[in-house]
Amino acid sequence: MDIVATLLDTLISAAFWTAVLRIATPYVLGTLGELICERAGVLNLGIEGIMTLGAMAGWMTVYQGGGLWAGVLAAAACGALFGLLHAALTVPLGLSQHVTGIGVTLLGTSLSSFVYRLVLPQASTPPTIVPFQPLPLPGALAQTPLTYSALALVGGIAYVLYRTPVGLAVRMVGENPAAAEAQGLNVTALRVGAVMAGSALMALAGSFLTLSAFNAFFFNMVNGRGWICIALVVFASWRPGKALVGALLFAVFDALQVRLQQASGGVLPYQVFLMMPYLLSILALVLVARRASYPHALMVPYRKGER
Amino acid sequence: MTAASASRSLSTKGKPEVVLRLTGITKRFGPLLANDAISLTLHAGEVLALLGENGAGKTTLMNILFGHYVAEQGTIEVFGRPLPPGSPHAALEAGIGMVHQHFTLADNLSVLDNVAVGTESLWRLRSDRRASRTRLLELAQRFGLDVRPDALVADLSVGERQRVEILKALYRDARILILDEPTAVLTPQEAAGLFETLGRLTADGLAIVFISHKMNEVFAASDTVAVLRAGKLVATHATNSTDRAKLAELMVGRTVTPPAPLPLLAGDPVLDLSRVTVVSGHGQPLLDAVDLTVCRHQVVGIAGVSGNGQTALAELVSGLSAPDSGRVTIKGVGVERADPKAMVHRGVARIPEDRHSAGLVGAMTVWENLIGERYRDRAFSRFGILRRSAARTYAREVIKDFDVRCPGPDARTQLLSGGNMQKLILGRTLAYRPDLILASQPTRGLDIGAVSYVHGRLLEARAAGAGVLLISEDLDEILALADRIAVIHQARLTPLLPNGHVSIGQLGLLMAGHWDILPEILDAA
Repeated sequence: MDIVATLLDTLISAAFWTAVLRIATPYVLGTLGELICERAGVLNLGIEGIMTLGAMAGWMTVYQGGGLWAGVLAAAACGALFGLLHAALTVPLGLSQHVTGIGVTLLGTSLSSFVYRLVLPQASTPPTIVPFQPLPLPGALAQTPLTYSALALVGGIAYVLYRTPVGLAVRMVGENPAAAEAQGLNVTALRVGAVMAGSALMALAGSFLTLSAFNAFFFNMVNGRGWICIALVVFASWRPGKALVGALLFAVFDALQVRLQQASGGVLPYQVFLMMPYLLSILALVLVARRASYPHALMVPYRKGER
Repeated sequence: MTAASASRSLSTKGKPEVVLRLTGITKRFGPLLANDAISLTLHAGEVLALLGENGAGKTTLMNILFGHYVAEQGTIEVFGRPLPPGSPHAALEAGIGMVHQHFTLADNLSVLDNVAVGTESLWRLRSDRRASRTRLLELAQRFGLDVRPDALVADLSVGERQRVEILKALYRDARILILDEPTAVLTPQEAAGLFETLGRLTADGLAIVFISHKMNEVFAASDTVAVLRAGKLVATHATNSTDRAKLAELMVGRTVTPPAPLPLLAGDPVLDLSRVTVVSGHGQPLLDAVDLTVCRHQVVGIAGVSGNGQTALAELVSGLSAPDSGRVTIKGVGVERADPKAMVHRGVARIPEDRHSAGLVGAMTVWENLIGERYRDRAFSRFGILRRSAARTYAREVIKDFDVRCPGPDARTQLLSGGNMQKLILGRTLAYRPDLILASQPTRGLDIGAVSYVHGRLLEARAAGAGVLLISEDLDEILALADRIAVIHQARLTPLLPNGHVSIGQLGLLMAGHWDILPEILDAA
């Protein structure tokens, strides 16, 4: 009964919902980024590495004396650059999107460590910066500007995808590139552009970790968040609004497990609670995503004039 | 208008304007010369039929025109201006629209989205959907092309999709419309509707090129006919100054004699379906209370527009699926569960619908493919070890008997041409003297020579006592081969109708679901 009481107490506390929004932010940004890539027909498994790179690049810019927003911009630029790498290999060259993505992830994580060590060879305790501060608003609304940006981007990206010509073109390229080409669209440019934009968002998700959630860079700080984003895209049926719902749901599970872990007083091993958000996401995925209608040309390279 | 085109329109005063001029178009795919110095002109208001066998180079030529491919040599002039090669965008800008054989529509998007995509500047902040909708509906009304702008393409029938494709071109102000095998997927009535539409378009001054290998369409719809053979333009005629026999000869390069009709023979039933129902994973019926009997010495043709249950029927007879209710009997013995291997051993041989994906394993050799169904037989393996030399010897026999043009038993099947692949499958199918042959689209994509070979072999098997279940979208094929014909529509099958007592028009109506004419046909037969 103890647990149930804790659960109820938790669900009505402002601190809990503050945590949920904070935890959800990188998932929202990362999922939106992956969603844009996949809508254009390119699976981007580089997400984990691009998030790490964004976290490092953002932090390093601020540590070297840049402003916080300059850090955010630097992260996005690095992300777009890695997006260009992934896109160059998978779109015009048509390489396997799985293998290339894993390569990009390995490169992104190891390059981040390398640059960090190159600049700070001696640091034993990670140096810190002054991160974004929460806005002076009551209760759960006290979030940093990056969280608000993420929420605004959900609406913004939904608008672009469904209400603008370029959004329609991106969706068409992910559904049927031959049809897009027959309508005079440049499939390669659209796919490369979408992957770059999506990768920039992934790097933003990473920079949130070092510029907002924490104030330092650790090597393993992304810790599988990128992979969760890939599952969330499926959960969201490739729709931005549902991506927000999925990210919030996952954040609720994650925030709950910390508190239940404390309340259970060691009855269950803590790993059971750590596992919970992942188990619940798999369950949610099974229930929601079975009938999802995926972009038909996802993971299919397009080669012009092939017969 | 440039000075050159101005002077030309003066010199051709009185005649319709030349809208398109292809000069010396040449294109190779590796060693294959797909287009060999082809030159063509097209006038406003003209319908040009591009006639030729499969592989003659018709589609390649049109793909070059539309910018999907780039020609090695030759130039294209549209309305007097040279067209930059290799750019569909430039082709669209110049007023060329193309309706591809395999529709280029995105299933998950709405009709309006499919039509409007790429027509606005990409960087506009908002799509003007109201204007797009108004324009689409206006065009639809003007040319009698009925569409629903908000329907998902996935929910449309094939005929509706084709209308969307045509509207896509009109929406972009196409003045030259290319249609690649436009009637391949239509019922005869839908095809007639299409030709009416083409009439309205040419009355409006559009010029139309349609690709076809069907003679009756050429005479039904075209003003001029250009015949391609093996990449060369062999003749261009005004349609009303030529005839079928002449065109057929030009197309094939020799005279073609149709197979003589065979006497009706009767035999015991080899396949019997009784009230068979198969339901899909989503609960929709794929076959709905189907009754069907195929006897020895008999070809039963299943006509219908694709996607009406043919695949489910083929899977059932191949043993890939089992009925959800009803009874399937082979040679008097009931089939209890899905077991393709058992079906093979009961004497059912199959020519699968898609020879590339289901018929052969392209990366494997001729002999490996030939024994694919029988590698466990004593003849080909012993103690779990393949007898390769026996398999190769057998493969050499099949290659010889069925005239498969290939380097030998160790050639990979993906290197074979479509016709030779089908001969190989035919060899595998017929070598064991099957009691029932399931032939799904056995001649799709083959040239006339290979088609008549396949037909001849099927009729030989019939004479030898096999029953043949022929599933085909090609009505001419069904009328040429079948003793009995049934039409499949939305998972239901008509009773067997004797060939000779049903017209092509009646079959078309049945294919479109007008089953109210059935009693009339049955009474007459």
